[in-house]
Amino acid sequence: MSTPVKTAPPTPAEASNRVQVTWTTRLLGRPEIGALVAAIVIFIFFLIVAPAFRTPAAFFTVLYQSSTIGIVAVGVGMLMIGGEFDLSAGVLVTSAGLLNGMLCYELGLNLWVGVIISLLFCLAVGFTNGYLVMRTGIPSFLITLGMFFVLQGANLGITKLVTGSVSSPNINQMDGFQSLNFIFAHEFKIGSVTLSITVIWWLLFVVLSAWILQRTKIGNWIFAVGGNAASARAVGVPVTRVKIGLFMTVSFLCWFTGMHYLYRFVTLQAGNGVGNEFLYIIAAVVGGTLLTGGYGNAWGVAIGAFIFGMTSLCIVYAGWDPNWFKAFLGIMLLLAVMVNLYVKRLSTMRKVG
Amino acid sequence: MTDTLQEHADPTLHRGEPLVEMVDVGKTYGAIRALTGINMVVNAGEVTCVLGDNGAGKSTLIKIISGLHPHNEGAVKVDGEEVHFGSPRESLAHGIATVYQDLAVVSLMEVWRNFFLGSEMTGSKLPLSGMKIKDMRRIADEELRKMGIVVKDIDQPIGTLSGGQRQCVAIARAVYFGARVLILDEPTAALGVKQSGVVLKYTAAARDAGLGVVFITHNPHHAYLVGNHFIILKLGQAVLDKKRSEVNLDELTRQMAGGDELTELAHELEGTR
Repeated sequence: MSTPVKTAPPTPAEASNRVQVTWTTRLLGRPEIGALVAAIVIFIFFLIVAPAFRTPAAFFTVLYQSSTIGIVAVGVGMLMIGGEFDLSAGVLVTSAGLLNGMLCYELGLNLWVGVIISLLFCLAVGFTNGYLVMRTGIPSFLITLGMFFVLQGANLGITKLVTGSVSSPNINQMDGFQSLNFIFAHEFKIGSVTLSITVIWWLLFVVLSAWILQRTKIGNWIFAVGGNAASARAVGVPVTRVKIGLFMTVSFLCWFTGMHYLYRFVTLQAGNGVGNEFLYIIAAVVGGTLLTGGYGNAWGVAIGAFIFGMTSLCIVYAGWDPNWFKAFLGIMLLLAVMVNLYVKRLSTMRKVG
Repeated sequence: MTDTLQEHADPTLHRGEPLVEMVDVGKTYGAIRALTGINMVVNAGEVTCVLGDNGAGKSTLIKIISGLHPHNEGAVKVDGEEVHFGSPRESLAHGIATVYQDLAVVSLMEVWRNFFLGSEMTGSKLPLSGMKIKDMRRIADEELRKMGIVVKDIDQPIGTLSGGQRQCVAIARAVYFGARVLILDEPTAALGVKQSGVVLKYTAAARDAGLGVVFITHNPHHAYLVGNHFIILKLGQAVLDKKRSEVNLDELTRQMAGGDELTELAHELEGTR
């Protein structure tokens, strides 16, 4: 479609009024800057008030805690940049694990078979979300809210039906457990610290997401469908495919996290995961993603997840009542939204001169 | 200024050859009839001007050619073959680029990203291969300078540019990517005198490079400066369809202002005085 450029045309010789943008202006224009500042402030704050946080082991535990939210948040952040929500992400994580565990246990299958079936199931859920949103034009908030209730009910209902209780059967003696445990839940001992493999996966997904968003044409399309879907379609961006792809990315990462929980904890509670969909959204918003779409980046979402991991554990390290955690989270969210609003106003305002 | 056009124009274009043909095309949105029985030919190396009042069906007409809304009556042919575009992507694949009046840009995205949106330059065909960002920024900047737009920073969000500048980015983009047919929907409506002049020069340059141009406008003066063929729409139907040799500016202006209706109105007002 695009015509190849044969030769570089000569540079026009007219006078330039190009200004050299200073590095501070560039830095302040980045979506993750608010989250980065907040993360540093909170980090220093907890170093002071929570002596237990001052060990490398504690830091790696925080990283692990962050990764359990951060992996799905990578996808949710991309989806939100693309202008959509997914409220079914929290329970889908649990569905993925339950399906794998119960299916293999009841039918005596190799766990690897269940892993693949669970993956296909999750991708189908993501596709259904995206297809319904694009086909009906109903806001994704409502479509995925429906999916959330369907999955929540099914998780409890089917688990009760199959096992007679609300937890999935123990699978740690089954074929394939060792290899899957290594992939999804291995813990590397390095001296006194424990590095969970999910932290490595998380960083990989973050880097991949950053690459896609900033450097590839698909990333360009994601920003465009979130910023102005009609304009994007008019210049040839396949809006429907991009958005369905984003929903499926989220569901893929839900599957991944579900696998982690299953192979780490061996059995799952069917009621788990409810409410986590908001943690993913909070991580994305605190990281500078615009709720209305079209703005944000992967690093910001990662920092958002890190702030979540840090505060949820450090409140315990500091010896405070952990019940206060949610109140803190709410304040963080409000502050983040206000910062974002300010940033958007700055970046869409016509600069004088 | 015309080197971009010369470089990017499809070398197989022959002046006077029909590129897009519309035969008896009609369009309804549910119970609302937007267009009826439109016949139009866009020839290579010619500017076809479509004029008309608000709601006359001008935008619907170009949305059919550019693939935004499929037509539901008659036939649209590109290079002699009948087509039924399901999306703008298909139309772009035929070398048809459009500048929309209302759907120009994504304001939060950088200028260069907007310029290349939907037609990104990538290192390879793989879906996750990196874009040639340096080249894209350089080309976007050069093409804008050729139109006389020097942005402060090619990385600034396009929403920070003025309306006229944004329109120029959209036109520069279409000129760069439209190898065969260029459709301009009221390109001069939001522009000042100087920028309108630039756009008209571009339109003429595209014509001279052998492209087929569809120029939609309110303004018969602008149309007459560059047009080879004039179609005036009224309530979804063509009320005038003439070559340049068959019509003069006065008649165009009179038709645009209301034509026979205007004469009637004059009589009526005359009677009441």
